[in-house]
Amino acid sequence: MAHVHVKPSDPIDILIEEQGLDDHFHDHHDGDKYQSGFIGHYIFSMDHKIIARQFLITGIFWAIIGAGMSIIFRLQLGFPEADLQWIKPLLGKWIISNDGIGQLSPEFYYALVTMHGTILVFFVLTAGLSGTFSNLLIPLQVGARDMASPFLNMLSYWFFFMASCVMFYSLFLSTGPFSGGWTGYPPLSALPQASTGSGTGMTLWLVSLTLFVVSVLLGGINYITTVLNLRTKGMGMFRMPLTIWAFFVTAILGLLSFPVLASGFFMLIFDRGLGTSFFLSEIFIDGQALDRVGGSPILYQHLFWFLGHPEVYIIILPAMGIVSEVLSVHARKPIFGYKAMVYSILGIGFLSFIVWAHHMFMSGVNPFLSNFFVIFTLIIAVPSAIKVFNWITTLYGGNLRFCTAMLFSIGFVSMFISGGLTGIFLGNSAIDIQLHDTYFVVAHFHIVMGIAAFFGMYAGVYHWFPKMFGRFMNETLGKIHFWVTIIGAYAIFWPMHYLGMAGVPRRYYSFDTFDAFKHFGPMNEFITIAAIVVFSAQILMVINFFYSIFKGKRMTTKNPYGANTLEWTTPIDTGHGNWPGKIPAVHRWAYDYGKDGKEYIPQVMPLAEGEVEGDSH
Amino acid sequence: MARNRIHPHMFALYVSFASILMMFGALTSAYIVRHAAGDWLEFNLPTYFYFSTAALLLSSIALHYSYRSFIGNNERGYKIFLPIALVLGSIFVVLQYYGWNALFNMGVDLKLNVSGSFLYLITGLHALHILGGLACIIVAIINAFTLPYQPTVKRQVRFRLVLHYWHFVDVLWIYLLAFLLIVK
Repeated sequence: MAHVHVKPSDPIDILIEEQGLDDHFHDHHDGDKYQSGFIGHYIFSMDHKIIARQFLITGIFWAIIGAGMSIIFRLQLGFPEADLQWIKPLLGKWIISNDGIGQLSPEFYYALVTMHGTILVFFVLTAGLSGTFSNLLIPLQVGARDMASPFLNMLSYWFFFMASCVMFYSLFLSTGPFSGGWTGYPPLSALPQASTGSGTGMTLWLVSLTLFVVSVLLGGINYITTVLNLRTKGMGMFRMPLTIWAFFVTAILGLLSFPVLASGFFMLIFDRGLGTSFFLSEIFIDGQALDRVGGSPILYQHLFWFLGHPEVYIIILPAMGIVSEVLSVHARKPIFGYKAMVYSILGIGFLSFIVWAHHMFMSGVNPFLSNFFVIFTLIIAVPSAIKVFNWITTLYGGNLRFCTAMLFSIGFVSMFISGGLTGIFLGNSAIDIQLHDTYFVVAHFHIVMGIAAFFGMYAGVYHWFPKMFGRFMNETLGKIHFWVTIIGAYAIFWPMHYLGMAGVPRRYYSFDTFDAFKHFGPMNEFITIAAIVVFSAQILMVINFFYSIFKGKRMTTKNPYGANTLEWTTPIDTGHGNWPGKIPAVHRWAYDYGKDGKEYIPQVMPLAEGEVEGDSH
Repeated sequence: MARNRIHPHMFALYVSFASILMMFGALTSAYIVRHAAGDWLEFNLPTYFYFSTAALLLSSIALHYSYRSFIGNNERGYKIFLPIALVLGSIFVVLQYYGWNALFNMGVDLKLNVSGSFLYLITGLHALHILGGLACIIVAIINAFTLPYQPTVKRQVRFRLVLHYWHFVDVLWIYLLAFLLIVK
């Protein structure tokens, strides 16, 4: 970093020098400590921007594996008669030969389904989404040099990396990875002899996810502290962009719910290894009674879903924050109902802790207790609807730029509506009697938190790619990616609602022996083909991503979108410490678009004479 | 402005308390739920646990006194009470271990009944948090005896981090002990 002070010429830089906050950051040479040498800079980096890219690229790696797994088990579901001999080089003994016809082994089918869920929920949509964008945007958008503790931030990534290594290793075990469902319910998860994957596979699953919990906690502590403690001069809580609000509440949810999962894991580890009976009651295996008595598998479900429900908001809130920001920037309009958006995020965050038992309506919980959970579940529709209304109203009358980031944001709103509506069906304990554990559930959560969260992530990647790599992603490929993905995603999951209403159960290996479900064969074929097409489009996106890092169109101005937030006041090649001189001071909220005849007014601009702050006009 | 009203590292520590509380909260909630379901063995806690509690409380007081001395330019008090805190904290862990042994000799092992399993799990997990704190106190002692005595702001914050964590696991233990005595 240059220590010679160059006089700024850009009006924004001059403003920052005049009004900004001098924290003497560059006097201490701290900036160079992290930038010296390849290892300190790119590998064990303590710079939040590098850590964000590490999370993103690790997330992409897992997304390819997780989605690839879904293609393999979709082949089984769509084409149960097909010869899968050709994947034998990849899957080896998991392709069993039946009269020369290769078939996917049922054990491995369950392992694939389990790993698909685990990988996508935890490694891609938690670490890859909130890990990436919380790291990238929190310090940049609140005006901080870095996270509160760059060291813990680095540890957060490396714990995730270790979790990844352990999980990746478990994929290659001769007994296969864990195969009892991503929720890890006992007794399948508690008894090593329950199935092939319940042995070493489950042990590694637990080790991996325990490391992952540590990663989430270290990250979350940092995100919360940075947002509350390191905001720049003038950055009041209600001047923060909605991205920051979303990451902040996400971090709180993670911090409060992941330790509960850890407790459940410890009890499970005791049951597996030390012979306790927290979750195991009278069980016979091969005609032999085990000496475990008095445990309750439902207790694990409570502990799991106390994490599990907030977890779905940990996944979707960052996407919501990103979408709010991208929609506003590219509609050239202030976000509609900023405070309502903030209160909705807080409301969703609060409600997420008191609805967990709606995952357990059919597990034998008291129906009177279920009513309580039904009501709170349905109340979540209120803040969600407020957010949807505000997104649509932000678009209304806007001067829309249909760039890829914007398309994905609009696609997010579409997906969130489609998936959210089916949530109202599933939230009712009576309807759940028919719909639980069917493809209706699969369709619901894939649309509302799988695809929607991916759309939010893509919007973020396309939008902030220039901030991460100094180049733009290819727009043509981006638009192809978008249109194939949105049409294909509906083609995959829309038919699943019909399967579910007809009662087709999820996670089954084959429906050949069920007369009631046989005639859905062609529909399953259609879904599988759509899944393969969508998967190919994602590969296109990955190619575009890595190609653009090196060969994309260069970013030539600091603020290519004409956005108001602070990250676009940093130099194109943002060094450690983010701003070469002082930290910018903030004078207004982040959404002054089209105000007083100006297209946009960055947050660093002081209020004009007589100007009233915010959207109160 | 919001900047530096409280040191970010102190704040991060408090945030992590919330996380630790949720973990033990989950265990004690599971305990209550499982307790209500019956088939629950009742037993009295060995007296070792009361002595260990006293040791931990005294350790907290010693560490606090050491910190007061550190910021109050009392180098002697700082250097005397810091090792005392470590010794008392270690005595806590040893007494916990004797407590577990006494339980085991009473016949309450890990597998006998879920009430015992819970006790070992909760106290064991708490002891791990104590060991983490002891490691931090050891680092503080190394600093005390290798670095020149200078109560700079940076060192005060570092000391306060250890101190507040130590008080926290102390109070956490009192909660857990009270819980185990009341719900049994």
